[in-house]
Amino acid sequence: MYDAGKTIVGLIILFAFVTFPFFYNAGRAAKVPEPKIDTPAIKKLPEIERKCVESTPYMRQNHMKLLDDWRDWVVRKANRDYTGFTGKKYTVSLQNTCLECHSNYDKFCDECHTYMGIKPYCWSCHVEKPKEWAKELKEEK
Amino acid sequence: MDISRREFLKKIAGLSAILFGSKTAFELLAPGELEAQYLPKPEALKAKRWAMVVDMGKMDEETINKCIEACHRIHNVPDFAEENPRHIVKWIWTEPYENAFPGLEQEHIAKRLKDKLFIVMCNQCDNPACVRVCPTKATFQREDGIVMMDMHRCIGCRFCMAACPFGSRNFNWRDPRPFIKERNPEYPTREKGVVEKCNFCAERLAKGLMPACVEVSNGGLIFGDLADKNSQVRKALREHYTIRRKPYLGTDPQVYYIVDTLL
Repeated sequence: MYDAGKTIVGLIILFAFVTFPFFYNAGRAAKVPEPKIDTPAIKKLPEIERKCVESTPYMRQNHMKLLDDWRDWVVRKANRDYTGFTGKKYTVSLQNTCLECHSNYDKFCDECHTYMGIKPYCWSCHVEKPKEWAKELKEEK
Repeated sequence: MDISRREFLKKIAGLSAILFGSKTAFELLAPGELEAQYLPKPEALKAKRWAMVVDMGKMDEETINKCIEACHRIHNVPDFAEENPRHIVKWIWTEPYENAFPGLEQEHIAKRLKDKLFIVMCNQCDNPACVRVCPTKATFQREDGIVMMDMHRCIGCRFCMAACPFGSRNFNWRDPRPFIKERNPEYPTREKGVVEKCNFCAERLAKGLMPACVEVSNGGLIFGDLADKNSQVRKALREHYTIRRKPYLGTDPQVYYIVDTLL
């Protein structure tokens, strides 16, 4: 090999550079997200009714697909009644139904989204905290 | 029994075609879970073709302002008038006669027409130019005639604004939220880079409510099903002389103006 010394040193530097983040963060696990469901609206419900529109594992995996479906049904077909997995009927609305229970947007939605580095743009149009939006307005008056 | 390889393959192919075909057909034709899961609300107002009749005799300036205020408040329409007049976003607004009805204007015309401000909005055309040009199908026509927008699909190309002959569409040049005076937390806002317009209050019809402007108009705005000959709109069209905005362009506007009550 020509210039073996230089090449090997170069390779070692490259290896150290590429793996730097792993060594730098070794032993420091990021906090596992714990989305909170202790909002007043949920606490008010009796234990047995504390269920989302679909089962928890389904919602964990597929809430974004469900929201996409909800949007298409509402906007294109004007079908705004959704029958959940328990047979209960819900109004199809992110802002008025989902956030009614999950009013803790930062402790519920953001908790995982931040951990995963996801920035959904739901909130540039949908109001993430409808109640506080209304309250803010009252105070302005 | 002797059966040739060729014969055997033919029979198997035939059998599986029948089995697979009938299974697919059954799945396609059977009432799916999906359709039953999403239903219109029982109280929703339904029509074959929504239309509006404006009785200009009843639409004085105060009523018109009330309609505009109600619409813009409910739909979180931003007010850019002070920020930059060229950024104005409006769902419903006023125009003088000669601007609202070009082609019908003339130099000498009844003073009461000439001085009147007409309330104008998206005409919810039956042959909408905006729908034809939209490259993403963000603007589309519902079965009941309402020309709707799916804001999620709007890419802000503004073809629809160029196509619409009524100026009913406006672009959000900047984030509209700081410019929303009265907030309605039940309706979303828009974001920078999308076009918006009147939607005939589709979200209210779905809840069994009349459009916001109709509700506050004291009977000046009549809303109903054009396909139903006993509806209020058909009655108004039967009994009065009505005009439409730029009908010669062929977009078939579905907002009619009663002018005989004005004279």
